[in-house]
Amino acid sequence: MSELSGFYALWQRELKIYLRERSRIVSSAINPLLWLFVFGAGLGSSVSVGEGDYQTFIYPGIIVMTVIFSSIFYGAYVVWDKKLDFLKEVLVSPIARSTVFLGKVMGGATDGVIQATIMLILAPLFGVKAGLAFGLVYLILFILVVGLVSIGLVIGSMMESPEGFGLLSSFVTFPLFFLSGALFPITNLPAWLSVFTALNPVTYGVDAIRGLMLGTYAFGLLTDFAVLVGFALVMIGLGTLAFRRMKL
Amino acid sequence: MNRTLIVELESLRKEFGDLVAVDGASFSISEGEVFGLLGPNGAGKTTILHMLATLLRPTRGTARVNGYDVIKQPSKVRKSIGMVFQEPSSDDLLTGYENLKLHALLYGVPRSIREKRIEEVLDLVDLTDRKRDFVKHYSGGMRRRLEIARGLLHNPKVLFLDEPTLGLDPQTREHIWHYIEGLVAEQNISVIITTHYMEEADRLCDRIAIVDHGKVVVLDTPENLKRELGGDIVKLEIKGPDLKAVEALPYVKKVEVKGSSVFLTVTDAGSHIQEILSLVGRVSTAELRPPSLDDVFMHYTGREYKEEGEEGGFWERAMTASERR
Repeated sequence: MSELSGFYALWQRELKIYLRERSRIVSSAINPLLWLFVFGAGLGSSVSVGEGDYQTFIYPGIIVMTVIFSSIFYGAYVVWDKKLDFLKEVLVSPIARSTVFLGKVMGGATDGVIQATIMLILAPLFGVKAGLAFGLVYLILFILVVGLVSIGLVIGSMMESPEGFGLLSSFVTFPLFFLSGALFPITNLPAWLSVFTALNPVTYGVDAIRGLMLGTYAFGLLTDFAVLVGFALVMIGLGTLAFRRMKL
Repeated sequence: MNRTLIVELESLRKEFGDLVAVDGASFSISEGEVFGLLGPNGAGKTTILHMLATLLRPTRGTARVNGYDVIKQPSKVRKSIGMVFQEPSSDDLLTGYENLKLHALLYGVPRSIREKRIEEVLDLVDLTDRKRDFVKHYSGGMRRRLEIARGLLHNPKVLFLDEPTLGLDPQTREHIWHYIEGLVAEQNISVIITTHYMEEADRLCDRIAIVDHGKVVVLDTPENLKRELGGDIVKLEIKGPDLKAVEALPYVKKVEVKGSSVFLTVTDAGSHIQEILSLVGRVSTAELRPPSLDDVFMHYTGREYKEEGEEGGFWERAMTASERR
């Protein structure tokens, strides 16, 4: 089965490169910590979010933030693969385009899960105890990351330059982050704003993880799960199409 | 010659908007043949190659590689070919070995022979002792050799080499030629080379197609192409030349004056140069050389062979590559 071995090979390559570029891992861990300590402590001193501490409240949101930025940015490596001409080697091989896409998704998802793990290890520092629910947190994060990586890959497949990618992807990442309820509760928002948060798939990721860690849901775990699975599937479909149409 | 045809082009045409990059190319290549596509940059050589490799869809016409149609059976075509791109296309954050392993998995090389094949191709290009090094530490020539090895790894029927020595220094070029000659001798494989170096095509190819503005202008063996010219080129710098006597010589095929330079096409020039020099009088410089692509090209197209802007050479690409991420 060369599709399967090809998928495995592409995933392995992504993982090797990720692990060989330590700066990527370090920088992806430092940013969220800054958010937690500076933003969480700074704003937390004058904001109250129900019973808990603000830092604790935004902790699940910051994990999601980490994966939003790293997962969508991962699409930039497709642009690099084009520029490096490595993509030609992959596209001239007998592997189907859909397999190429899935290999990339799996690579990006692995990166995202590793980053989330670094954040999860630090959970007790912020008064978060999820216990056995950690397994579910991983599952939710994985599904969310698959959808987000696919967004990045779709953008990457359309762009010719890393600059263009940066520009377009920031139009996507910031709304996804700010309208996700990562930094504020979404239950008492003005009506127009809650329309946007409800349309944002990331909202359901934040809700599920916050629910699993802190016990408060806005939608409920099943709704969150269903929306995220739908989101990931739609994005995989779009990504496969985008890769089929991708030109060198 | 009644050998199996391994590549057949039928009025292959490619348009990019208004530009006709390839204008109805038809020719075929036999099993075991080394075939050269020769022409200036922008002539359409790479476009032909990319259509044969199913990376570009022909606007009209079609081609068959190893009996498979490039439009209808792209996956089978891709399995039958090995491609060495003009630009370095290995991953420089992987080792040489890892690049080959990745390739083997992408092409579904069976596990039972995978390691053995990797060893064989590494050995063929003399990179066995560098296989654990990252490709970013390879020189341009080593990287090219690795990519040739990679192109051969899955035992393709045809190897495509797109400008295999573009931007490499003369010594490395010689080295690469040596490897290509070696693999042609040892493996039963057809090779298609695109190049804009006459010397390269001359040395490596059984037959050459000269391509200009997307058209195949002429297709023949290197010997015939040169024979058609009728000899070597003698270039003389003379003030106020009197060429009547030279023009009358039977072995002088063609006389051309450009400013103060005189270009003579001379059969067996080496043994006649003395006589020519004595006839033309005082010469400030004299140069004798075998016909270059420039000359062959001019003979068939009636115009000079010009570089149409050196498209991103190997080194430029390699530089960009090392600056990534």
